[in-house]
Amino acid sequence: MIRFIAKRLGSGLVVLFVVSALTFFLLYMSSGSIARNILGDQATAEQVAIKEQELGLDQPLVVRYFAWVGDALGGNLGASWFTSEPVANSLASRIPVTMTMVFAAMILIAICAALIGVIAAVKRGWVDRVVQVGAIIGDSVPGFVIGVILVTILAIQLGLFPATSTISPESGPDAWVYSMSLPVIALLINGVTGGAQQIRSAVIKQLERDYVRTLRSRGIGEREILFKHVLRSAAPAGLTVLSLQLIGMLGGVVIIEQIFALPGMGPLAVTATGQSDLPVVMGVVMYTVVVVIVVNLLVDILNGWLNPKVRVS
Amino acid sequence: MSDSVETAAITAAPAPGAPAVQAGQTGTVVRSTVLRRLFKNPLGIVAITILLGISLLAVLAPVLAPFEENYSNIAKTLAAPDSVNILGTDSAGRDVWSRLLFGAQLTLLSALLCAGVAIAIGLPAGLIAGYYAGKFEAVSNWVVSILMSLPGLIVLLTIRAAFGPSVWISMIAFGILISPSYFRLTRTAVQSVRNELYVDAARVSGLSDWSIIARHIFSVVRAPIIIQTAAIAGVAIAIQSGLEFLGLGDPSKATWGVMLSEGFKNVYLTPTLLFWPALAMALTIGGLVLLGNAIRDALEDGEKIKHHKKKATLESSTAAPAAARPSRKSVAAVDAGTEHHLVKVTNLGVGYPQADGSIKKVVDDVSFHVDRGEILGIVGESGSGKSQTAFSILGLLPDNARIVAGSIQFDGNYTVAPGEERVNQDRLSKLRGKRISYIPQEPMSNLDPAFTIGYQLVTPMVRVLGISKEEARKRALKLLTDVGIVNPERTFSAYPHEVSGGMAQRVLIAGAISCEPDLVIADEPTTALDVTVQADVLDLLRELQQRLNIGVILVTHNFGVVADLCDRVAVMQNGRLVEEGTVRDILRNPKDKYTRTLLASMLEGKPPMSMLVSSQKEPVA
Repeated sequence: MIRFIAKRLGSGLVVLFVVSALTFFLLYMSSGSIARNILGDQATAEQVAIKEQELGLDQPLVVRYFAWVGDALGGNLGASWFTSEPVANSLASRIPVTMTMVFAAMILIAICAALIGVIAAVKRGWVDRVVQVGAIIGDSVPGFVIGVILVTILAIQLGLFPATSTISPESGPDAWVYSMSLPVIALLINGVTGGAQQIRSAVIKQLERDYVRTLRSRGIGEREILFKHVLRSAAPAGLTVLSLQLIGMLGGVVIIEQIFALPGMGPLAVTATGQSDLPVVMGVVMYTVVVVIVVNLLVDILNGWLNPKVRVS
Repeated sequence: MSDSVETAAITAAPAPGAPAVQAGQTGTVVRSTVLRRLFKNPLGIVAITILLGISLLAVLAPVLAPFEENYSNIAKTLAAPDSVNILGTDSAGRDVWSRLLFGAQLTLLSALLCAGVAIAIGLPAGLIAGYYAGKFEAVSNWVVSILMSLPGLIVLLTIRAAFGPSVWISMIAFGILISPSYFRLTRTAVQSVRNELYVDAARVSGLSDWSIIARHIFSVVRAPIIIQTAAIAGVAIAIQSGLEFLGLGDPSKATWGVMLSEGFKNVYLTPTLLFWPALAMALTIGGLVLLGNAIRDALEDGEKIKHHKKKATLESSTAAPAAARPSRKSVAAVDAGTEHHLVKVTNLGVGYPQADGSIKKVVDDVSFHVDRGEILGIVGESGSGKSQTAFSILGLLPDNARIVAGSIQFDGNYTVAPGEERVNQDRLSKLRGKRISYIPQEPMSNLDPAFTIGYQLVTPMVRVLGISKEEARKRALKLLTDVGIVNPERTFSAYPHEVSGGMAQRVLIAGAISCEPDLVIADEPTTALDVTVQADVLDLLRELQQRLNIGVILVTHNFGVVADLCDRVAVMQNGRLVEEGTVRDILRNPKDKYTRTLLASMLEGKPPMSMLVSSQKEPVA
């Protein structure tokens, strides 16, 4: 098991390296007029040259990349070109907001999708039809549109929730719950139907397996078969879907945070992108890739725990 | 949003693979019937109508739109609908209807570009990887795993930061990012076809590799690619408008995303500004999703119909007269309780409802009984209804099965009373495991791979007998020894995949007798085993049956097993019982023609009686 984890971790690091290199070259390759953009049209050519030197833009790309890697390994991701705030600091202050929301939404999605999926698979009938139709609607309406609709109806028209929030790490838990419930609901609605449908088909597939019939013949109750055996065997399929949803959600949450004006990664990423504030963009990409690698590693470990065959080999 | 990218890729990619193979093999005939079925499906028609309508509006936008996309009338901002601006104006005084039309144009074109790029990359790469495998496949799998691990929106933000706000650049980037879904689809389809005989035949006949790919494999992946493209176009539209909603799109272009963003800024003043682009997007993406589903349904329906036809022709030759529903319920009621047997099956009929409302019978008018200490063999070819009969005694028929006639009694009580459509689960669930148990055919697939063998032996005993776990563990170890497992401790803590098939079957037999049942139903208990192991398992069954004095119903297609083990035998053909009697009588003097054919074919080359005279255990395979 430890070797298995180490191997996964190793391949995760390779991915991290490759993606960071690709992103770095992509971003800086086409960044001819960065200094000019920062200083504005009034700046003289001399000032621009000085600024370029200051930012290290006169160095060859490869040299700059490895300098960046060296700094990054020491925890220094550079500083914003516009605010001079260290990228690592901005990330650290914003990650808690975003991650709280993403994980709250993921846990809710996992629970709701499992329940709805199992019920739809076992009862069929109208529950099943609702899930099917819901999945089509969930696929058709982009997540941010759901967020917009929620804000418009629940927050602006009915005033049940705040449309925008002013939370900070210092705010109490009640403030967090109050201002995050609507965005989390938006993320939940967007993910739950797709997840439920995947669990539904995985459960139906498992229920047709021979061992289920044998368990029944042994006098094991339907509920125990369903929740102990079938759900467990269906879980790897569900986990894969959930991990893909989580990856997608890292993008979706950017828009959701923008809609609900939450001080998470979203506004940071959007502002940095709009200004071509490359060190910040680079930091956002790195954070994303690290989260993805960690999530995939967790999924692998969970799968190993669920499926003894994987664990052994 | 972008999470639906991945989900769409999963749902769409593997599912259509199988039907597609069929569709491709039979060529254009099937495709045209799929199209016809698509037009018969109301959802398909709705989807095509919506998409055609929106495409038409987009193409005719320059003609239909009363204003230029960016023409603004500063004097008339956020205006309500009137005769000039039929949907009102936005905050810059631009006509909402005109912008919607031009937005449709740009939105559809950008979705097409994205899908086009993804196909241009994913399809050839998938073809090469699937056809030649090797290093190219390994490398591309690795690239795919990286691409799949990046959230689309974050990548598009990066592209935007590097290259500026261009719909086209971001859609090309997203096309590259999403190309793995085509790659996987194509590769899987190609792999499944690669080893098919007709590809070999084509190769032998001297066709070059590329013409093989062009001729056969391309027709296989065609349908799944259309389904996938519908899904991807929807996702592309969603993600592009998400980017624009964030204010990172090209402000000089009228797109639905830009309009949404504009509407959201004015949500307090004019909420309708939000409504129109949202509706347009939901309709378009919904239409694409529905279209994909409808095509998939059409393909799958084609499969079902084919299967039905095959089955129907198989069964109809002999079982067709049985389709007329005979009412034998009164007979069963009279019959009941006249003599006491452990199991008594009376005039049993089992059927499955068909799509056209009729019921296809798989078991018809079957009667027999089993007593304690007796082994009854039920013999027949596959499809003769012997397993269906066994499962109706166990109450483990599939959900859609119906008892169409007759009754089943266990120890004097009805588990299927005359006139009941279904097995009485309340009564049977109390008997299953405790008094009736089951030995399946396939040892491996009948153990849950996620639990140890010990757990799977202990739990039923704890549940059924109400003994403690420790007690159950002791008994399980004893049972494992009883069924001839040399190292019971090791097997107890092993997972099913860690033991051999023969050992797994011993475990299943141990499980079947663990709660000291009165009746064991063994469904082809030796068929899946090696010939050498078969004899051992049969010995074990006989030894246990004699020692515990239980009744056994042995379902088999093998007369050798019957001769070896059974007291009485019932021969089934096409759902009917053709002959029943003691093994000696039936083997010596088969009355029915079918029994004779069966016997002749199975004992070919051997003097038929030698089996009975000498008690050799060698099974006749």
